[in-house]
Amino acid sequence: MASTKLLIDDVSMRFATPAGAFHALDHIDLAVPRASFVSLIGPSGCGKSTIFNIVAGLEEPSEGRVLIDGVDATGAIGRVGYMLQKDLLLPWRTLTDNIILGMEIKGVKLAEARARALPLLRRYGLAGFENAYPRALSGGMRQRAALLRTLLLDTDVILLDEPFGALDAQTRLRMQEWLLKLWEDFGKTVVFVTHDVEEAIFLSDEVHVMGTRPGRIIATIPVALPRPRLRACTATPDFMALKERCLGLLHIEAPADIEDAA
Amino acid sequence: MPRTSANVVATTPPPGSAPNADGVIAWGAATSSPSPLVGENRGEGSGALAPKVPAGAPPIADPSPRGGREQALPKPARRLPVQKDWPTAAIVAVQIGILVAIIAGWEIGAVAGFIDKFFWSQPSAIYRTLTIFFTTGDALADIAFTFRSTILGFFIGTFAGSALGLSFWWSRNYAAIMQPYIICFESLPKLALAPLIVLVFGIGIASKIAIATALTLVVSTLTTFAGVKAVDPDGEKLFYSLGASRLQVFRKLVIPSCLPWIISVLRVNIGLALTGAIVGEFIASQHGLGRAIIYAGQTYDIALVWVAVSVLSALAVAMYVTVSWIERLLQRGIRG
Repeated sequence: MASTKLLIDDVSMRFATPAGAFHALDHIDLAVPRASFVSLIGPSGCGKSTIFNIVAGLEEPSEGRVLIDGVDATGAIGRVGYMLQKDLLLPWRTLTDNIILGMEIKGVKLAEARARALPLLRRYGLAGFENAYPRALSGGMRQRAALLRTLLLDTDVILLDEPFGALDAQTRLRMQEWLLKLWEDFGKTVVFVTHDVEEAIFLSDEVHVMGTRPGRIIATIPVALPRPRLRACTATPDFMALKERCLGLLHIEAPADIEDAA
Repeated sequence: MPRTSANVVATTPPPGSAPNADGVIAWGAATSSPSPLVGENRGEGSGALAPKVPAGAPPIADPSPRGGREQALPKPARRLPVQKDWPTAAIVAVQIGILVAIIAGWEIGAVAGFIDKFFWSQPSAIYRTLTIFFTTGDALADIAFTFRSTILGFFIGTFAGSALGLSFWWSRNYAAIMQPYIICFESLPKLALAPLIVLVFGIGIASKIAIATALTLVVSTLTTFAGVKAVDPDGEKLFYSLGASRLQVFRKLVIPSCLPWIISVLRVNIGLALTGAIVGEFIASQHGLGRAIIYAGQTYDIALVWVAVSVLSALAVAMYVTVSWIERLLQRGIRG
């Protein structure tokens, strides 16, 4: 197996609330191999987003460390790409200028950043919209742009927090396939959060099932399905068995929440 | 003959089962003479739907089955109210007509003695004063004076207020400390300070600019601060996750997000700035349309009051239209 790219080392998170201490994360250990695709699934409030905020350096964990390439990156911002469910495209910028935002912040010259972004825009289904403003685009296209913005950073680790949560089912399936293509092309290490068990299995090498109160990892399920994956693989008995297992684990953990998510 | 018609009736409703209206029409035709009904009833016993209604209808309602049917129907459906738009020319014609009627009525009333010329003056006298005001009087100097103090107060107040509002983004503590002062200054009737401002800044243009600035500054500050508070926290999160500095977030996210808020008060501010300038001239001034109004009022020159007020209105409309136009351009520029 490839070396570990991202290591979440014994991370705990407690918040002080008026009602007393709230234990959001309890001793999370997670090793993500280089260039792999792993998913976190779990009921609402299990701390998936808190993990992402910690890895992205936006929150300091109460305990534990985050290591990228074996180097301590706890509390450091700009070390990983982070994409939220909202596309957060800036309405006053064209699509191209939105996508180069990360490079611009890192100090890359505008002309050079645009030159790097344009071929990618065209290759990944946004040709003809280079100078369009976000409001002219469909939800799927906006998510593509947001994802390209994340990928264009010179970071090897990408965190995707329910990126397709707000899309309709059809677009969602197409976006999953598009994401896999991108992932294969770019060779990034991806951590993906979703509510959708099928989505998690279809995309990932490993699915981590989380439990709530406190947030913790209750099971790690390797997905040994061959790649490249086609949509048809979701109908195979192996896939069904994995799905069954994940759903079973989630159901034991929080039956009511699963119904919300479904 | 009755048999064939009964057949037609019997066959039409089942296919036309979808729209109700079809069925109703078919029944109306069939029930116009009672005999086919009977024939149909006995006929093939066709369609479960067909015999039911005519069999049930006569005992409930009056002898004529058609009457019963119509009573069962609801009142005629209410229609969407339709308002016809007049052509623009007609609207303008009526608008001009009203203005002419007011002026003519005023003039006639003044000549005939219904209207006291001493208090209300009369259009012909106002017109004469207007020509004098613009030819031998200081109309242009007064307009320029009022215009200058309004525009300067507008720019200073809008810029300083927007900058102040934006500055609150930098520190939550600073914003919290400043909050009560801002609210206090907002609720204070700024015009009540006008005499003090005139004392401090003198009777020249500075005091007019200062009052206009005081009025516009608060509006811009509060609106911009509201814009700052409305900056999407997830947007900030995105910027920081990309490794942005605070200055980068401020320049590339906060300012562009707040620009629509800043621009949205321009129209309000131009009106407020004019009010400020006029009040300053009321208190003490040697020039300006406000001074002309006060002077005319104190010397009972009512025609001059009307002239100055009219010129002031024209100035206000001109500035408002210009600023609205600039505001639209800027909003479009922001949205791309």
